[in-house]
Amino acid sequence: MSLQKQQILNKEIDSFDFQSGGEASSDLKNILRKLGVPSKIVRKTAIITYELEMNVVIHSLGGEITALISEDELEIRVDDSGPGIEDLDKAFTAGFSTASDEIREMGFGAGMGLVNVKRYADQIDVKSSKDAGTHVKVIINLAN
Amino acid sequence: MKLKTVKSLLNTETIFEASDEKDELEVKNACGADLMSDVLAFSNEKTLLLTGLTNPQVVRTAEMIGIQVIIFVRGKEPQIETISLANQLNIFLYSTDKPLFEACGLLYKNGIGPEEMNYIETFK
Repeated sequence: MSLQKQQILNKEIDSFDFQSGGEASSDLKNILRKLGVPSKIVRKTAIITYELEMNVVIHSLGGEITALISEDELEIRVDDSGPGIEDLDKAFTAGFSTASDEIREMGFGAGMGLVNVKRYADQIDVKSSKDAGTHVKVIINLAN
Repeated sequence: MKLKTVKSLLNTETIFEASDEKDELEVKNACGADLMSDVLAFSNEKTLLLTGLTNPQVVRTAEMIGIQVIIFVRGKEPQIETISLANQLNIFLYSTDKPLFEACGLLYKNGIGPEEMNYIETFK
């Protein structure tokens, strides 16, 4: 079990805000760097949070991202207020996306978002329902 | 390969570059993609990105994995927000008239290898 965790980031993410989308991930990257987290882990975390943050921007009505750290692990929580993922299995299938053509033209909707997150995360838990939105919890190990 | 060689091979126009050591910057590997999640599948640092996308999220994506140089293909001009974000993050921007396939081919032929793909994994 991990030791007590300290919150290092909590930021709101607005739906369809492609100008500021990615700022929370950028902030977290800088915070981790300052904390002296090894660069490989920082990069991995940046990819995970950016994918999740952009998922909130693209697919949700808005949400927030929270990061907590302890000596041995980093916990990222991304919570949105809906509309939820209809088929979670499909969402984890490489190449599957429900993004519109407009979103795809911007370079998103490759159907690799959650696939990338799963690849880099040490643990991932996704809960999603129409009423309660989508809640992602990712654990990244800091201790070897 | 030095960045100055890349610039000359692709006959680039400079959109934004900051530091003095730019020409001496060593470009070890490159990737070409128009989908940002495909770019994020690469995890090595110090990469050159060739892309036809010009919105600010391209720069944001580059920041996440430490890409220092972005070259826009097919003569595309980035949005002003893209340039200002690159300025803030010190990521160099160039443009080439060549299409993505040709630009990648020229660099590959001249010795820039692909990104290491520690990537193909299946998820069960």
